[in-house]
Amino acid sequence: MKKLHLTYKPIILLIVLLFSIGANAQVDGANNTQTEGDTAQVEETNDLTKEMPSQTESEPQKKFDVKEFILHHLADSYEWQLVSSEDWHVSIPLPVILRSKTSGWHLFLSSKITKGDHYKGFKISHEGKYQGKIVELGSDGSEIRPLDMSLTKNAASLLLSSLFLSLIFMGVSRSISRAPMEGKKGFVGLMEMFIMTVHDSIIKPSVGKNYKKYAPFLLTVFFFIFFNNLMGLLPIFPGGANVTGNIAVTLVLAMSTFLVINLTGSRGYYKEVFWPDVPVWLKAPLPIMPIIEIVGLFTKPFALMIRLFANIMGGHAIVLGLLSLVFITVNMGTAINSSMTIVSLLFTVFIFFLELLVAFIQAYVFTLLSSVFIGMAQHETHHE
Amino acid sequence: MSLLTPEPGLLFWMSIAFGITLFILIKFALPPILKAVEKRKTYVDESILEAKKVKEELEHVKEIGESLLVETRKQQAEMIKEASKIQEQMLQDAREKAGLESEKIIGVARKQIQSEKEIALQSIREEVAKLSIDLTEKILKEELSTDKEQMKMIDRLLDEIEITSPQ
Repeated sequence: MKKLHLTYKPIILLIVLLFSIGANAQVDGANNTQTEGDTAQVEETNDLTKEMPSQTESEPQKKFDVKEFILHHLADSYEWQLVSSEDWHVSIPLPVILRSKTSGWHLFLSSKITKGDHYKGFKISHEGKYQGKIVELGSDGSEIRPLDMSLTKNAASLLLSSLFLSLIFMGVSRSISRAPMEGKKGFVGLMEMFIMTVHDSIIKPSVGKNYKKYAPFLLTVFFFIFFNNLMGLLPIFPGGANVTGNIAVTLVLAMSTFLVINLTGSRGYYKEVFWPDVPVWLKAPLPIMPIIEIVGLFTKPFALMIRLFANIMGGHAIVLGLLSLVFITVNMGTAINSSMTIVSLLFTVFIFFLELLVAFIQAYVFTLLSSVFIGMAQHETHHE
Repeated sequence: MSLLTPEPGLLFWMSIAFGITLFILIKFALPPILKAVEKRKTYVDESILEAKKVKEELEHVKEIGESLLVETRKQQAEMIKEASKIQEQMLQDAREKAGLESEKIIGVARKQIQSEKEIALQSIREEVAKLSIDLTEKILKEELSTDKEQMKMIDRLLDEIEITSPQ
């Protein structure tokens, strides 16, 4: 029952998210009809960081686009913004690595391109299919997407978190193996307890008798997800990237689980897939059951991927949506704005606590389901 | 929607980051932790088993000790009983012996006393005879110093003889 409940959670979150975006869009639409002339200005203010401040300063009644605000913060970016306001922003430029079909490999810092400049025929697209991504300008003015291997904010955050995680675990490991018989105190004791809780209450019962072989992998998956979830909740520098709410990240995680499940599956498991224990007509001329089973192989990790991605992204979106209440109500007078600010802060703090819980639960669920799938791929056939 | 399409660049970096983390954690970090905890667990299990065994052994030892104690007590009581019996016997013997001896000594003493008594009586008798002779001598000497007295004496003696003679 618990599992079922958790699988519905991302859907509920997405519905809430969509509802809030839709509601805001309606407000936007109503405002747009009142101030027709603003439209041009609105589009410019969408890219607050990319535009020159002089243009926005002249417009006191500028509009705040919630959808753009949220999507901008959920999406990956080429630089790592630390602080930003209308007039200035501090950000860490990250390396851009591109391979153009016409001019080969390129490597430069993102600071050359993020302010809206063209560099070596590349620029960041403002609209259309490749909005926010680096495109190459073709000879006919069309935008072509080169092979983009840039070390983006998410990639840099991933590398940093991996470094931190490795350092933490190496430290804990060294401290434990230095005096293995001693009970540990402080952070090492906490980590040991945490690791052993995951090991004993998730991995051991779910995987079954071969659990020792898979425990390190599953523990790594758990702590990788949990650590990155927490880093994503941190609003300042080493955190702040929407890492586990990015589908590429969860795709790799799910893929690794898929590989582990299917590369170490037992003979009994593969027999169940290709020649399951059902009436022959279900598998002989037309392999209905094997097809269903093979589809099932892919839906399991796919569900893992979508669940983690949607939960974390949804959490971030709700936090951002609640925070943007402050900016939406700026034009509605001081009383409403200040009261809404308080409401928004209260809600945001509440959601933050909820997200702390979700950070753990999603790591837990991903590990638990991976363990169960691995355990299922280990079992022997029922008859032998 | 760009949020739902994985970026190849990020896929690449994620694979590298996750791969490195997996490698480091699986190869270096986690096995010592798991091993150490496993070691500690088996150690604790073994210690518990050992403690149980030791406890059982201790109980056994205790039982043995108790039975030993009971036996010793029994033996002690027996020994005490025997000792007191022996003591009584010895006392009895000693008493008997002492009685015999004392009787013997008393017998000898009685005999000696008897003979001494006889000797003493003899000597007393001699002394008394001597004394009575001496006394008689002295009295006679004194009383018969005058003639008158001598006559008186002779008369009295004659009277006495007369009185007793008819018998």
